Amino acid sequence: MLELAGIGRDFEVGEQTVHALRDVDLRVAAGDYLSIMGPSGSGKSTLLNVIGLLDRPTRGSYRLDGTDVTGLDGAARAALRRDKVGFVFQFFHLVPRLTAAENVALPLVLAGVDPAERRERVARALERLDLASRADHRPDQLSGGQRQRVAIARATIMEPRLLLADDPTGNLDRQSGHEVLEVIESLHAAGLTLLVVTHDPDIGRRAGRRIHVVDGRVEEPPS
Amino acid sequence: MRPGDRLHFAWDALHGFRVRTALMLLAMAIGVASVVLLTGLGEAARRYVIGEFSSLGTDLLVVLPGRSETVGGPPPLLGLTPRDLTLEDALALLRQPAIERVAPIVIGSVPVSAAGRERESTVVGTTADFAPIRRVEIAAGRFLPGGDPRRSRPVCVLGRTLETELFGGASALGETLRLGDRRCRVIGVLGSTGRSLDVQLDELVLVPVTTAQALFDTPALFRVLVQARGRALLERAREAILGTVRARHDGEDDVTVITQDAMLATFDRILGTLTLAVGGIGAISLAVAGILIMNVMLVAVSQRTAEIGLLMALGAPPRQVLGLFLVEAGLLALGGALLGLAFGVAGTWLLGQVYPALDFRAPAWAPPVAVLVAVGLGLLFGALPARHAARLDPVTALARR
Repeated sequence: MLELAGIGRDFEVGEQTVHALRDVDLRVAAGDYLSIMGPSGSGKSTLLNVIGLLDRPTRGSYRLDGTDVTGLDGAARAALRRDKVGFVFQFFHLVPRLTAAENVALPLVLAGVDPAERRERVARALERLDLASRADHRPDQLSGGQRQRVAIARATIMEPRLLLADDPTGNLDRQSGHEVLEVIESLHAAGLTLLVVTHDPDIGRRAGRRIHVVDGRVEEPPS
Repeated sequence: MRPGDRLHFAWDALHGFRVRTALMLLAMAIGVASVVLLTGLGEAARRYVIGEFSSLGTDLLVVLPGRSETVGGPPPLLGLTPRDLTLEDALALLRQPAIERVAPIVIGSVPVSAAGRERESTVVGTTADFAPIRRVEIAAGRFLPGGDPRRSRPVCVLGRTLETELFGGASALGETLRLGDRRCRVIGVLGSTGRSLDVQLDELVLVPVTTAQALFDTPALFRVLVQARGRALLERAREAILGTVRARHDGEDDVTVITQDAMLATFDRILGTLTLAVGGIGAISLAVAGILIMNVMLVAVSQRTAEIGLLMALGAPPRQVLGLFLVEAGLLALGGALLGLAFGVAGTWLLGQVYPALDFRAPAWAPPVAVLVAVGLGLLFGALPARHAARLDPVTALARR
């Protein structure tokens, strides 16, 4: 499903060039469950951003579902993100003035989906994540675990085939972190390709494939 | 994204930052209100002045002896003083179909005395038609008698102030007045002449035109007031006057005809320009409001950087982000403009209550133009922050919390 070849990503920091990713080759098949681990600043998030089409690699080529997406412009990449990729962030990134239901509906709104269909899909998603009673609550009225579940509902409302989670449990206590992880894994079980960046070795071990990013290079220990 | 959702999203955002929204609305409202109020003031001034002139009669023409323009060429051998404008000239004008009334005027100054009091006063010789032409009101008695204007009669009409000065508080009706070496009987006293920018009628003595000609020993008229049969016939009346006088004066164009209309048009132009100028001052405050929108939208963009990053991650292309912020700026401008319109209308109404003499009304073009300009400025100044938002890098934007 994903095919990264010779990917490099450089950042200009003052006079110096920082190589966040160096010569990364990575293939991910549809339905894979990958954990990405590594020390802070090793390039895990940059790798995830490149895969999620939020960031452009400086070098190399990236094929998503068999098409080369390396040179696409902003609008085309936005369309791919909308249809194929779901994001879950460490800090939830819910819009504070919108209710849980409105936050979940946001991708549908941006995609121009008809309001009636939107309501139905949002209701089903909230139901599935056990959030139906929280539909009209604003993010500040929700617990951390509930917020992250709202974010997961939002990430999956467009029915993407790829879910990218950047340290989804990093801002949660152990108990809610565990619950959130179970929700994400159940999505994987339903067929979603899953990439999870994490600091927690216990969580990392749960994935079928484990990747280590060290100093911009990807290492995959034999499982 | 559906247009309704776009509006709803922008509306939610405005609702979410109430203080900022209220301040921006206020700024825009002040801009629009000042355009409406200032142009209303300008229009009120214009209408006031035009009204003043109209009360003199817009169908009025004034005939002056002599020609206003100078003509080149060799100096004439014979003395060519302009011919006098005579009473016969004036009466000849009455035969023209475009002309309704004619009031010849002779004017001069003589000592006026009665009951032992004397003062120097202006004496105007004219005919009965002077009253309807100048819309003169009579407070007591009657105006100069009609009939053949060539007949001299020893009667006169007094201005109010002069009556008080000569007769104290007593009525002057029926009393005898000395005008120079002649006498006349007071048959009427002028009332209020209403709003008038012209000569103070209050201090005049009006006598029949031939009486005045005898008094000042001159056959010449000072001027002739001519009333056309309606404004539409003004130009024809003008030509008729020139034609008649030319025929009577051996082919010489030796009179000048002034229309009230020409003066009116000049004032109208001057005051119309004034209205535009004060409207422009109002427009400056609109521009200031526009710049304020730009500043506040820039702050909003930086406050909501993380949200913009999220929208991009969820698949909003740059154009969509641009559109969302433009709609927000447009809504702010429109809301502020409508609020300002309400302020402006309320303000003009209030001014009208305080100064009922003036008719405060913004010209018809001002409110729609002010609203359009406000929305245009809102979008124009909203474009820069919106572009700024659309060009954010999603990764950097998401990193902001």
